[in-house]
Amino acid sequence: MNSTHRPVYLDYQATTPVDARVMDAMMPYFTEAFGNPHSTSHAYGWEARDAVELARQQVAAMINADPREIVFTSGATESNNMAIKGVARFFAGRKAHMVAPVTEHKCVLESLKYAEKLCYEITWLKVGADGLIDPDTVKAALRADTALVSVMQVNNEIGVIQPMAEIGRLCREAGVYLHSDAAQAAGKIPIDVAAMNVDLLSLSGHKMYGPMGIGALYVRRKPRVRLEPLMDGGGQERTLRSGTLPAPLVVGFGAAAGLVSEGCDIDATRIRDLRDRVLKGLQQRIPDLYVNGSMEQRVAGNLNIGFRGISSETLMDALKDRVALSSGSACTSAAVEPSYVLRALGLSDEDAHASVRLCIGRMTTQDEAEAAIEAISEEVAKLRAMEMRGVG
Amino acid sequence: MTACYLDHNATTPLGLPARDAMARAMEAAARIAGNASSVHGFGRAARKIVEDARAHVAELAGVAPANVIFTSGGSEANNAILRGIGADVRVTSTIEHASVLDAVDAVRAPVNADGVIDLNALAEMLNEVQGRVLISVMAANNETGVVQPIAEISALAKNHDAVFHVDAIQWAGKRPLFEVTAYADAVSLSAHKFGGPQGVGAILVKDGTAFAPLVRGGGQERRRRSGTENLIGIAGFGAAAEAALTGVHDFARLAGLRDRIENELGDVARIYGQGAERLPNTTCIAMPGVSAETQVMAFDLAGIAVSAGSACSSGKIEPSYVLLAMGLSNEDAAEAIRVSLGTGTTEQDVERFIQTWRDLYERHVKTAKPKGTGEAAA
Repeated sequence: MNSTHRPVYLDYQATTPVDARVMDAMMPYFTEAFGNPHSTSHAYGWEARDAVELARQQVAAMINADPREIVFTSGATESNNMAIKGVARFFAGRKAHMVAPVTEHKCVLESLKYAEKLCYEITWLKVGADGLIDPDTVKAALRADTALVSVMQVNNEIGVIQPMAEIGRLCREAGVYLHSDAAQAAGKIPIDVAAMNVDLLSLSGHKMYGPMGIGALYVRRKPRVRLEPLMDGGGQERTLRSGTLPAPLVVGFGAAAGLVSEGCDIDATRIRDLRDRVLKGLQQRIPDLYVNGSMEQRVAGNLNIGFRGISSETLMDALKDRVALSSGSACTSAAVEPSYVLRALGLSDEDAHASVRLCIGRMTTQDEAEAAIEAISEEVAKLRAMEMRGVG
Repeated sequence: MTACYLDHNATTPLGLPARDAMARAMEAAARIAGNASSVHGFGRAARKIVEDARAHVAELAGVAPANVIFTSGGSEANNAILRGIGADVRVTSTIEHASVLDAVDAVRAPVNADGVIDLNALAEMLNEVQGRVLISVMAANNETGVVQPIAEISALAKNHDAVFHVDAIQWAGKRPLFEVTAYADAVSLSAHKFGGPQGVGAILVKDGTAFAPLVRGGGQERRRRSGTENLIGIAGFGAAAEAALTGVHDFARLAGLRDRIENELGDVARIYGQGAERLPNTTCIAMPGVSAETQVMAFDLAGIAVSAGSACSSGKIEPSYVLLAMGLSNEDAAEAIRVSLGTGTTEQDVERFIQTWRDLYERHVKTAKPKGTGEAAA
């Protein structure tokens, strides 16, 4: 890649750059303050532990939780695995049912498949054409033996925001745990575990301008959530998650959470304006463009749009030196199947295949947005012209 | 007072090579934001960082890059193997790390007075068990540094058609890693025990060794460990592995320093595991009549960091289960501390430790005298 002419980065839902303020906070813990936060016999350990505990407060504050309810993990994938498998193992033989929409992240789907092996039946909820869940379908799915409902707060592909507070109220009334994968919500919309009645909530550092390799699982204390750990060992994190905590990454995650609590991005006006500008710019230049998912209940930075007749791979390849975007989630973006999320909205294979995800973030500039509009509309026009001539 | 860090088996300071590699990866992370699984150029740049690091870890281990699976650390690596390899019976030993002991139910082979796994007892256990067997032992113990008979256990495993896992977390970087990988079907590693960062480790798995993944999802790491790769951590791990290829030589120097501690204090101190082959940097040393808690506090006041056992359990005051397994009484075990040297350890550090140890001991003997018979130093 040429560093002077770098493509415009519009893939903030795959990962975000580390904020410079986060980097500054992390640096000392890589070098001078390197102690094992679980060493209790010397000052190196205490220093690292104090930093970890401050970060725990910062993360807790971001979601209106108690610091004791925060369990640090290696990322949201681990958090989601831990929440679903952990509840499944704890209640195996006593409960036999779980509920989730079909549009969840792969790691939630895979963890639920694991629960199936422990004899849980899964009710897969359909979503509307806008990608949203109707809370009534949750209510209808709940059973006496339901252990868990898992709903992603913000979808990773289409950015739609699910009605968590309503779902939370229903689950609480029924005495069923509610887990939410909030990796894509943190830093984009406010998260309040108390207001949403969420019992378990997964977070990721690198989706909110913190480092990769760190995340958290919120585990409610009152009423107490019971789950089996994914990993056993030294008994760190109040025995819920063994393993040495990476103090520098924890500190970075905490600093990133601190920035969110300070109001960084949370009103998102600038990001929303840029996103709307990109959509309008593309709509003006490109005919036959469609938007996937609700535009009202959607995070500020996300766009998921289709250009009928052009496969996302072809478009991404044509744009590779100009705009970095993706056809869906990063983990599966090397795969060629059409997105299961878009299929669930009712899109045909062809239309799902012709869709891309754009995500604008904290560092995106007006100039970059304009450059992206130019690049995308030019390449789409070229590809369509080639198609018409039968070259494509 | 300059600080004197002698707790390298808990964690090591980040080495310069790792630091540089991580600074570069961080620079990349701040500038380009690459998810290693994204298809675009940013993602490919991140992918290259991950794959370069994988090649370095593979080289250190003497395995192919495809056999290296990155994890969030040693505890995850141990849990993933212990839980993921299908077996009817799991056989470990009494001195394993908690991440092995607590992960699954297992039959535990005893150790001898020097902390070495009893091969005869292990062979008998293997003769008695039925079905598919997984054997899991550590290459070297974290508290005593005692090296385990990996080649011999590997031979037993072969005889019984058992899968053989070795926790090489304390071994890597201190001794050549191929001495372990040559014998094992699966090996666990942790970066922060040898100059790499916390929060990253690996499983080395031989071709054909099937296991069910612990963390599922997006299918990263060839479907064996899902989750976005910890880019900065993996970059540091790779650099630490590269440095460890030559860094193991420095441990001969450390063995000299460690032996000096034991020689100079050996007149009064009890040393555990001394009769066995040990890691060159570790000594488990007891001060007669003085509790480990008192010792670590006194050393901390003197600016010297040591520990009363493994870091994860160092908040607890129970005597070490490793030392109890070696046949020590509760009282004797409660007087032992772990001193573990690292590449930054100097002769001055060791002299300072010896002097502080002596001072503490003499102070205690003097104050203990009126109460006892005057022979507290016996």
